[in-house]
Amino acid sequence: MNNIHIEHRKYILGGAVIVILLIYIVQLFNLQIMNDEYKSKADSNAFYKKTLYPARGLMYDRNGKLLVYNQPAYDITFIPREIRNIDTLDLCRAIGITRDDFDKRMADIRNKRYNPGYSSYTEQTFMSRLSAEELARFQEQLFRFPGFYISKRSIRQYTYGAAGVLFGDIGEVSQKKIDKDPYYTRGDYIGTQGLEAFYEHQLRGKKGVEMLLRDAYGRIQGRYKDGAMDTMPTQGKDLRLGLDIELQQLGEQLLQNKIGSIVAIEPSSGEILCMVSSPSYDPRLLVGRQRGENHKSLSKNKQKPLMNRAIMGTYPPGSTFKTSQALTFLQEGIISHETNFPCTGGFRYNKFKLGCHAHAAPLPLYPAIATSCNAYFCWGLVRMFSSNKYKNVQEAMNTWRDYMVSMGFGYKLGVDLPGEARGMIPNASFYNKHYGKYWNAVTVISISIGQGEVTLTPLQIANLCATIANRGTFITPHIVSSIDGDTLPSKYSEPRTTMADKEAYEHIVKGMRQAVLNGTCRGANIPGIEVCGKTGTAQNRGKDHSAFIGFAPMDNPKIAIAVYVENGGFGAEYGVPIGALLMEKYLTDSLSEASREKAEYISNKHIYYGTEER
Amino acid sequence: MEQRRGSILYKIDWATVGLYLALAIMGWFAICGASYSYIETDFFEFLNPSERTGKQAIWMGVSFVTGIFLMCIDKRVYRNWAYIIYTAFILLGILTIFISKDIKGSHSWISIGTFSVQPAEFMKFATTLAIAGFTSRHDFDIDKKSFFLRSIALFMLPMIIIVAQRETGSALVYLAFFLVLYREGMTGLILLTAISAVVYFIVGIRFGEEQLTSLPCSMGHYLVLVLIQCFSLAMVRFWCKYERTFLTMFIINVSITLAGYWTAIYIISFNVIILQYCVIIFNIIYLLIRSRKHKENKNLWVVLFILGSLVFYESCDHVMHNVLRKHQRGRIEVLLGLREDLSGVGYNVHQSKIAIGSGGIIGKGFLNGTQTKLSYVPEQETDFIFCTIGEEQGFIGSTAVLVMFTIFILRLMWLAERQEDRFGRVYGYSLASIFLFHFTINIGMVLGIMPVIGIPLPFFSYGGSSFLGFSILLFSFLRIDADRSVRV
Repeated sequence: MNNIHIEHRKYILGGAVIVILLIYIVQLFNLQIMNDEYKSKADSNAFYKKTLYPARGLMYDRNGKLLVYNQPAYDITFIPREIRNIDTLDLCRAIGITRDDFDKRMADIRNKRYNPGYSSYTEQTFMSRLSAEELARFQEQLFRFPGFYISKRSIRQYTYGAAGVLFGDIGEVSQKKIDKDPYYTRGDYIGTQGLEAFYEHQLRGKKGVEMLLRDAYGRIQGRYKDGAMDTMPTQGKDLRLGLDIELQQLGEQLLQNKIGSIVAIEPSSGEILCMVSSPSYDPRLLVGRQRGENHKSLSKNKQKPLMNRAIMGTYPPGSTFKTSQALTFLQEGIISHETNFPCTGGFRYNKFKLGCHAHAAPLPLYPAIATSCNAYFCWGLVRMFSSNKYKNVQEAMNTWRDYMVSMGFGYKLGVDLPGEARGMIPNASFYNKHYGKYWNAVTVISISIGQGEVTLTPLQIANLCATIANRGTFITPHIVSSIDGDTLPSKYSEPRTTMADKEAYEHIVKGMRQAVLNGTCRGANIPGIEVCGKTGTAQNRGKDHSAFIGFAPMDNPKIAIAVYVENGGFGAEYGVPIGALLMEKYLTDSLSEASREKAEYISNKHIYYGTEER
Repeated sequence: MEQRRGSILYKIDWATVGLYLALAIMGWFAICGASYSYIETDFFEFLNPSERTGKQAIWMGVSFVTGIFLMCIDKRVYRNWAYIIYTAFILLGILTIFISKDIKGSHSWISIGTFSVQPAEFMKFATTLAIAGFTSRHDFDIDKKSFFLRSIALFMLPMIIIVAQRETGSALVYLAFFLVLYREGMTGLILLTAISAVVYFIVGIRFGEEQLTSLPCSMGHYLVLVLIQCFSLAMVRFWCKYERTFLTMFIINVSITLAGYWTAIYIISFNVIILQYCVIIFNIIYLLIRSRKHKENKNLWVVLFILGSLVFYESCDHVMHNVLRKHQRGRIEVLLGLREDLSGVGYNVHQSKIAIGSGGIIGKGFLNGTQTKLSYVPEQETDFIFCTIGEEQGFIGSTAVLVMFTIFILRLMWLAERQEDRFGRVYGYSLASIFLFHFTINIGMVLGIMPVIGIPLPFFSYGGSSFLGFSILLFSFLRIDADRSVRV
């Protein structure tokens, strides 16, 4: 070979160098520019995003008493993959459970039916909501149980053993909620019941993130950019409730061993002063490791203590409903307050008879309210439905329905609690369906005395009373009076008016005052306070329900209350004394000696409800 | 005397010195990035001699001083002392095997006080000197077998010593001298042999376990046999230049191979590998007959190549499954994409790709890389130092480093070409080849397109011995280049 030929080999060598360079640049381009996968892999390598949980908002009563606050609790968790050579018995001793309990928990966790998200690589909750004391021994020995961890949580604690059903509950967020709201991740707590659920967005605050750097061995090496990318958690907003916790406690005490509800409203603001649903429970039972057991027994209880009867229970309002009838008749010009109706031991129409109790007759409106005369309101309805003011009975019926709806019946009132029931106000087509075209006032006569198809929630009954106290207006009742750093929905400050005028209401107020002075609710009289009231005795399959509405003082009322005791008999038996005691407590801030004795007596009274589910 | 000194300074190729300094400084900063952990905050900690960066700075200083000293030595001294230095380092290398401590299975380190030195890094310098010295003999002729084999022996000897020190990666670097010999006129067949060996190995192993479509034979085996046919035909055509022989063989090979494959697929399934063996045996017999009858002597070399290829393939298969240790086999399998083992053998390369890939276009900025800082990349200060550059400087920065390195190597080749004697040219090419080999293997490994062979990236990887070794090589050459008009 000649030398020139070999000389050319320098180009081959130089060319090879450049080819190598080009191959490497192409590969760099592939890795660094064409491919995003490496970037996210690097981030998931290096960044450990530690969630910083905000403290949940607190709840205070109307006098600034702390009701609901947070306390630290601990979960014992484990990562199945990481568990190695654990002495199970030792572990059980440290936690204070039995071997059987341990095996059952493990089996439940691994059961895909109970725990669909199970994976042996992720953290599983072994036990939750333990207190620091309960955990102390396990924490000391934690090093002996590789794969087990302790995670700190914040749970709810309650100052008073009352109003549990109003506060509601928090629990681990469901997969459905996670899918709907990206804020949540598995294991987060979310309000599931009551105020906790309704004000979840205000109470939860905002989670923070701490960007930590994790090395190849899983050790935390510090904070990314010295915390510049971190976000601090924002504490949840505190709720200030219109509730008076002492009134609430007294109400729950008075209703113990009875099934029923009490709702008291401040008429001028619509704030709920107390909302009792009996049987009630102590919310402190649902804190800590006994929670599971207690929750189970509460939810299995046939009398349903976890249900808020004040908004979910629908009852015939009975005679308390007569006030709304009188308002309708007065406003429609069917009667004046001087109109007399006969009562011959009840309402008789052809062969139809509806009984009444003994009182003077015939009588005008005030005594009719005071003595709760059935016949008076039946005649009123008959006169209205046969009035030629309306084309037919259907139009009369729907006019009647409009009045009722304007008073807040038949639809949800819009209280700030989840699960409110709407009750039942029938309309013309409802009866057309049942009776065809040919029906009249007598067919539906029982609606005029709050029986038959009509049902209301105790809250709606209380709201009726508040509306009378306000002489024709009401503000949608609500538990929370203000939120720190946030505003309430405007519906909780805007008055709603009914279809009846102030003058009509004044007549009702006078009738209700009569009822207290010399009618059915004489027991509601409080010395020095002008109380107005109306009893109710609602017929049903069992013993009558005892009901009462009342407000005081007559002028410029401070409290309007509704009491409803299932199977309590006459309104005067339970409704009136309970209502009177609560009004006295609220207005005078204490109970007189005599009242305390009366309260004691009523609290100890026991109504037997049998063993059927209610 | 004074004037002569001045002229030496004038003759030094300062462009190369500039490139060297630039690479060295970038390398030092890369080590800062790799060794920086989030606990330290003070930048001056990097100069603390107990830190790796501080140690590296000291070694760099030592290297600069050594470089200045080496540039004061006349070219003739290098030429005359070549064998003596070579002999001394060969002896030191053998001594090292016995006196060194066992560091992670390697027997290549000698400890002097607190400093540890790796004599193997200086053996490249000694070997370069020896090869340059040997090839610059007046009677040297690479086409003479004795000269050729002796020059190969000169770099095979240190290679064997280093393998004995259990530094297989470093030993492979000496293969770079084949490029020097190629430039000096060695037959290209050797490089063809080397390339075909690599291709047989990769194809054979990569597809060894795969079935050839529906036929009862291994795809790897079949492809290797077809490749042997292709290479041998190419040799006959382009190297022997026997047109007639080629044409006959070409027609027979192509027609039988295609017909056999077609028959096996569509008519009757049989083991086509047997058919390919038949064709290859035919080729051998045909080539032997042609060489007898038509005096085509070069055919014997082709036959040798074919037989060698067959033996090589069979032994690869044997070595892969019976000789290589599990971790070595694993590395090969991962590289060839046969196995995805991200926690085991594939971890290094996978993490290395993540680190580089996460750098994006402009990188995360100096000291801001997370993957390297948090030890996701193993050996990040030494063999995988390029990860830090990839992550922190991004595509722009790492491409710049690659381009600079390439310019540096091309510059060395250019300097080698301008030498007026063989001693200087061989010296320069040795240098360029060594850098090229290190560059290619190291970057290729980090980018995941070469097997994991633990050799450093010159001037970047942490390690005093290698930095000093490369500096000695470079500065001695710069002086030789300055003296290029002096005939030796």
